[in-house]
Amino acid sequence: MTISADHEAQGLADARPDGTDSNDQASEVRRKFGISVEDYMLPARHQIQMVDPTGVLKPEDEQGTEPGHEYPIPGDAELMTAYEQLVVGRRVNDQNSALVRQGRMAVYPSSHGQEACQVAAALCLREGDWLFPTYRDAVAVMAKGVDPVEAMTIFRGDWHGGYDPTKHKVGIQCTPLTTQLLHAVGVAHAAKLRGEDTVVLAMCGDGATSEGDFHEALNFAAVFHLPVIFFVQNNKYAISVPLSQQSVAPSLAHKAVGYGMAGERVDGNDLVALLAVLDRAVKLAREGSGPLLIEAHTYRMQAHTNADDATRYRADSEVAEWTAKDPISRMTSYLTDRGLLDDDGAARIAAKAEAVATQLREGLGEDVPVDPQNLFRYVFSIPTPQLKEQSALLADELAREASSQKEAGK
Amino acid sequence: MSPAVTTSSEATARVATGDVSSATASAAASAAAVAEASGPQTITMAKALNTAMADAMEADSSVLVFGEDVGRLGGVFRITDGLMATFGETRCFDTPLAESGIVGMAVGMAMNGMRPVIEMQFDAFAYPAFEQIVSHVAKMHNRTKGAVKLPMVIRVPYAGGIGGVEHHCDSSESYYAHTAGLKVYTPATVADGYRMLREAIDSDDPVMFMEPKKLYWSKDQVDLNALREEHAANVSAGSSSEGRAAVARPGTDATLIAYGPSVPTALAAAAAAAEEGRSLEVIDVRSIVPFDDETVSASVRKTGRAVVIAEAHGFASVSSEIVARVQERCFHYLAAPIRRVTGFDVPYPAPKLEHYYLPSVDRILDAVDDLQWEN
Repeated sequence: MTISADHEAQGLADARPDGTDSNDQASEVRRKFGISVEDYMLPARHQIQMVDPTGVLKPEDEQGTEPGHEYPIPGDAELMTAYEQLVVGRRVNDQNSALVRQGRMAVYPSSHGQEACQVAAALCLREGDWLFPTYRDAVAVMAKGVDPVEAMTIFRGDWHGGYDPTKHKVGIQCTPLTTQLLHAVGVAHAAKLRGEDTVVLAMCGDGATSEGDFHEALNFAAVFHLPVIFFVQNNKYAISVPLSQQSVAPSLAHKAVGYGMAGERVDGNDLVALLAVLDRAVKLAREGSGPLLIEAHTYRMQAHTNADDATRYRADSEVAEWTAKDPISRMTSYLTDRGLLDDDGAARIAAKAEAVATQLREGLGEDVPVDPQNLFRYVFSIPTPQLKEQSALLADELAREASSQKEAGK
Repeated sequence: MSPAVTTSSEATARVATGDVSSATASAAASAAAVAEASGPQTITMAKALNTAMADAMEADSSVLVFGEDVGRLGGVFRITDGLMATFGETRCFDTPLAESGIVGMAVGMAMNGMRPVIEMQFDAFAYPAFEQIVSHVAKMHNRTKGAVKLPMVIRVPYAGGIGGVEHHCDSSESYYAHTAGLKVYTPATVADGYRMLREAIDSDDPVMFMEPKKLYWSKDQVDLNALREEHAANVSAGSSSEGRAAVARPGTDATLIAYGPSVPTALAAAAAAAEEGRSLEVIDVRSIVPFDDETVSASVRKTGRAVVIAEAHGFASVSSEIVARVQERCFHYLAAPIRRVTGFDVPYPAPKLEHYYLPSVDRILDAVDDLQWEN
């Protein structure tokens, strides 16, 4: 099914690049959901929230769902897998922050508080689907299967990236904001041209929605009708600047309608709701509904990075308010109340998290020797004559340095 | 959708086994379209570039052409003329009007098995894509230690001399040449239009393909079939003219080093100098990155004098780089300081002023006269 606005006034322009017709799409939305295209594309009136901050499942009519915006609760097995990743993710965040304080890692932009978003973004995808993360999404990268130490290499300082993006279908953790959204669009486009049913999920933050590539990526994905889910973690701050200074749109999810795609808001600290919304988004995208925009309301509990001082721009009371909405405590209560989690289960998961933390401590504590010749090895497939010269120059410099050290040692 | 498109490696495998039928089913008509009569014929650089893309698309179904107006219209310069009709709308298509989007989407496609050949409509229209080009196109291979290569070509109609309005005549090659990880090619002849674009599309590394727009309609006698055979022979031998400069005109007294739009001007200057009894060698740089120090230095060592010619502003430019490289390698062979004839360090001028700005035959000859001749 294809979702699109009614472009009747445009006449010939109704023919889309992929050969479908926007009028057919409008009537299909009406047939399938019994609502107008606009009502389908606009987010539901309230954010989707299934488990409240105290861990209690909300009554179905208070979850924010509406016709065309209906989200079944994920199965128990999925919830338990996700919960395990959630606990591991928190441990990873806190371990990495500790490693930065110990000087073993240059910097770590922590997703502490946003782990539910991280986990859901990775787990809603299946093998073969792609994830395009930002620098703050290391937990999502690991949840998609990348080795934790390989994922952290970018912050260890011996290379700009530590994993092969094609192996786990995870783009490099991208620093220039929203540039990776276009790569997601391209990966999806290539897959679609080959007739593959790959879904691509691309992540960005609230501040990043101000970037030009955010606009270009959403528009390209919509025009080419590609299975891309744009997942915005609205953590309220772009370093120090609050969302109110980035956008005065009713919500970030409302931006979707301008591109002719559906948008939705979800409680970004409610893992159950996140999985429900993202699972359905992935299903719709795989079935051919085109791209979707999901905005998750969450909060960056810590400073932007260790180099930032969050007390300069936000009140402790605000942080405290969000501490009460923590994604882990609410999920723990919910699963315990449902009888899915007991002390043994919790201990097993804690041990798993501790094992990952140990792996990070050992992997990042290791003094990995760097090879200076790697500078020249990965610029072009075949080194240019100029790079060969420069490589020889460095080799000579190092050889002379080594021999003079040897000399001095005599 | 029937998968008329495959990954690059799949298509290559099919070509290697001689089974190209499925890869080229939709492109069957193209063989007729591009199979001209054998033997030399007069064609334009535009035709050579167009034929290079058609041939590459026919050979490999992962080669895609997209950009602004490149589909139904065939590009504002008609360089992609007929490709959509021949190969279908999945292989050649128009995009929304957004250059960063075009380049960024091409990055993703190249990550996922395609070989995109994309068009930036004019030099100055490529600037919105600058971040994608310098931060991703140039660096993906490096940051992934070669795990992800980006075999993509960014075609940029560039430079002036066509009476174009503002933002349509920039010489932007220095920006790209300064960025590690990008190859930068610029053809100056009709045959090189075909030869170099095929090599760029074959390259596993990203190539900024700078097309001198004033040479699009330049004509030459070219045997396209011979060029195709040359390309096929190079591919099977694993060799190419990639990264090599060419001696466009041999000479003995001084070397004119030029590229792209300035090569015909340099040749005209050499012809004029010959009438005055001075033998000038003209080097066509062809590939700015990688740069062919060997050919350039060999010429200057032989002649002992050099003038570097480029349309771009001289300050902090490709021409300054060439002077530095020649000086480092040929200092003891030089009879005179190396001179440059470049655009002035001013924004590209309005049409009625551009002839004052552009390197001209007279300005080149004046520079040659200044090379401290003994008589």
